Amino acid sequence: MSVVRRFNVKSLTRVEGEGSLRVRVVDGVVEIAEFSIYEPPRFFERLVRGREVREVPDIVARICGICPVAYQVTACEALEKALGIPVTADIRRLRRLLYCGEWIQSHALHVHLLHAPDFLGAESGFTLAATHPDLVNRGLRLKSVGTRIMEVIGGRAVHPINVTVGGFYRSPAVTDIQGLVPDLEWGLAASLEMIAEVSRFDFPGTPHEYDCVSLRSATGYPLDDGRIVSSRGLDIDVADYERHFAERQVPWSTALHSLTVPDEQPYLVGPLARVNLCHDRLSPLARRAAESCGLELPLRLSAQSIVARAIEIAAAFEEALVIARGAVAEIAVCRVDYEPRAGAGCHATEAPRGLLYHRYEIGDDGLIAHAAIVPPTSQNQAQIEADLRAMLPAALALEDAAATHACERLIRDYDPCISCATHFLTLDVDRKRS
Amino acid sequence: MILTMSKPRLAVFKFASCDGCQLQLLEAEDRLLEIAEKVEIDHFLEARSRVVPGPYDVGLVEGSITTGEDAERIREIRRQCRFLVTIGACATAGGIQALRNWGRVDDFVSSVYATPAFIDTLATSTSIADHVPVDFELRGCPIDRGQMIDLITSLVLGRKPRVPGHSVCVECKASGTVCVAVAKGIACLGPVTQAGCGGICPAHERECFGCFGPSESPNLVSLTGFYEQRGTPRDALVRLVRSFNGDAPAFRAESDRLEAKPT
Repeated sequence: MSVVRRFNVKSLTRVEGEGSLRVRVVDGVVEIAEFSIYEPPRFFERLVRGREVREVPDIVARICGICPVAYQVTACEALEKALGIPVTADIRRLRRLLYCGEWIQSHALHVHLLHAPDFLGAESGFTLAATHPDLVNRGLRLKSVGTRIMEVIGGRAVHPINVTVGGFYRSPAVTDIQGLVPDLEWGLAASLEMIAEVSRFDFPGTPHEYDCVSLRSATGYPLDDGRIVSSRGLDIDVADYERHFAERQVPWSTALHSLTVPDEQPYLVGPLARVNLCHDRLSPLARRAAESCGLELPLRLSAQSIVARAIEIAAAFEEALVIARGAVAEIAVCRVDYEPRAGAGCHATEAPRGLLYHRYEIGDDGLIAHAAIVPPTSQNQAQIEADLRAMLPAALALEDAAATHACERLIRDYDPCISCATHFLTLDVDRKRS
Repeated sequence: MILTMSKPRLAVFKFASCDGCQLQLLEAEDRLLEIAEKVEIDHFLEARSRVVPGPYDVGLVEGSITTGEDAERIREIRRQCRFLVTIGACATAGGIQALRNWGRVDDFVSSVYATPAFIDTLATSTSIADHVPVDFELRGCPIDRGQMIDLITSLVLGRKPRVPGHSVCVECKASGTVCVAVAKGIACLGPVTQAGCGGICPAHERECFGCFGPSESPNLVSLTGFYEQRGTPRDALVRLVRSFNGDAPAFRAESDRLEAKPT
């Protein structure tokens, strides 16, 4: 005779998207830990078929309101490869500046309003505002500087309208870029302080030997370009991505799971992976702050992702500042013209939540014939499940509310953007005794 | 419908969407904490763990209806909310994912998923108003932060929200933007699209692509006829009208008409 105990958590909060967790425990052994994303599928890869090349950046931006630039820039670069368009260094620099803005606003939101409440015993950024007003106000101001960068370069923060295949529709006003400098100087100083602050939080959990995966380039911190590297020594061109990583569909989730090929193992993408693999590529001040924060690299606890995000906010400010100070004249050519033609191309960039891969085929009619998009959250999903399976035996010894809270915290460490993949945790634990 | 309430209880709900419209609420950085003092935010999963059960005074709904379960959930939310507001193109017109309404949904599912049987999805992506009565619509892909703050302020003060029904053309004229349709020969949806964005696309030397949906009494037939005569291919016009608000009735009627029209 078996004894079944079940409890439900109706919602995973403070993440972007909707998801649930189903756990089955038989005689104290966790048999199933399924992190399910039930965000209704929107079929973007199919939606872009039959559309013009120039429409793609606007359409794929709508995959995620938090990181539209990641989708736009990745699509532009992949399509530029397909069309054989050489993009100028000026355009790349502006894209990096825009991308820095997105990292700052996305990370600042997660660090201060979504994640910090877990470390400081608050249920939300709103209640944290009462107990830690300086922290929350700083977070909101950091975020607003990121938003401002996106407005100056992209024309709008949520779903920028100035990004196109070949470059930008209009050259951003040089006075507007220069106007960012004072805020960027403040942001850099504030984010360096933030690294020291969040490094002193208590980090729960047991250390993992993650297989970290990120881009890595000859110079600079991974953002818009590079080879794909991993903790296990992988070092490949982006064109070989699909030979080394594969998406698997699982019945309990609308997000596909990515695993390594051929050994079908989970892997980790995102801020923790990037800092672990590329801390030597950080900008000088961010690197010094990372090295002196008192935590040993590589970071092995998912909760320490808050430190990785803080480091990356500083790095993004530092790079944005260099670009903004260097903007002395409007760029001569803001867009490289092209004729749509048949071709295929792929590209990967580092979205705030991790590696983002796009591949497109353009037909003879100049319209999109095929698209493949692998967002970071689907790549992390298998790793999240592996972490949950590892922590559940200890968590299940707790009462229901505390167990749920521990699971939710772990999932929030990953800043899962459930819209990309899917918002919400239903923890359904089936405790069975035979 | 106008409400007067000292501290309305606010709830935010999400259906199929990108989260961008909810983010506009979180984006209101300097105003966010101020707003949080004026309203009780009782249900906002993206922002807080505390969830207070309904009923609520105001429900803000993001996203479109794409599954059978969601079609049920919106009915329950309607029962829980005195005043229901849709925020954004997905909730108001089905969003970009409503492109499936012109195709076969099986083809969409199988193009993304190896085992389509696991996927629960309806053949269509439809607006909230297709399922329940809606009290007010905030347009946009994404919604405009200023309009969102004005809406919340209006609810607290008990006045009508100041949302214009005129077209983007008015915004371009007001901001002194040179008309891209006239000066550059670009097929622009500004003349038939509701204002709200500030005319940012023409200001960036590109076409308006209809983020805020159809304006009041839009004359699409005349506009597309003009562009076609001037040389824009008809299939490009179909794509232009059939995008983020493609399933809004006025836009849908026009793209269908263009497609059916003999050449």
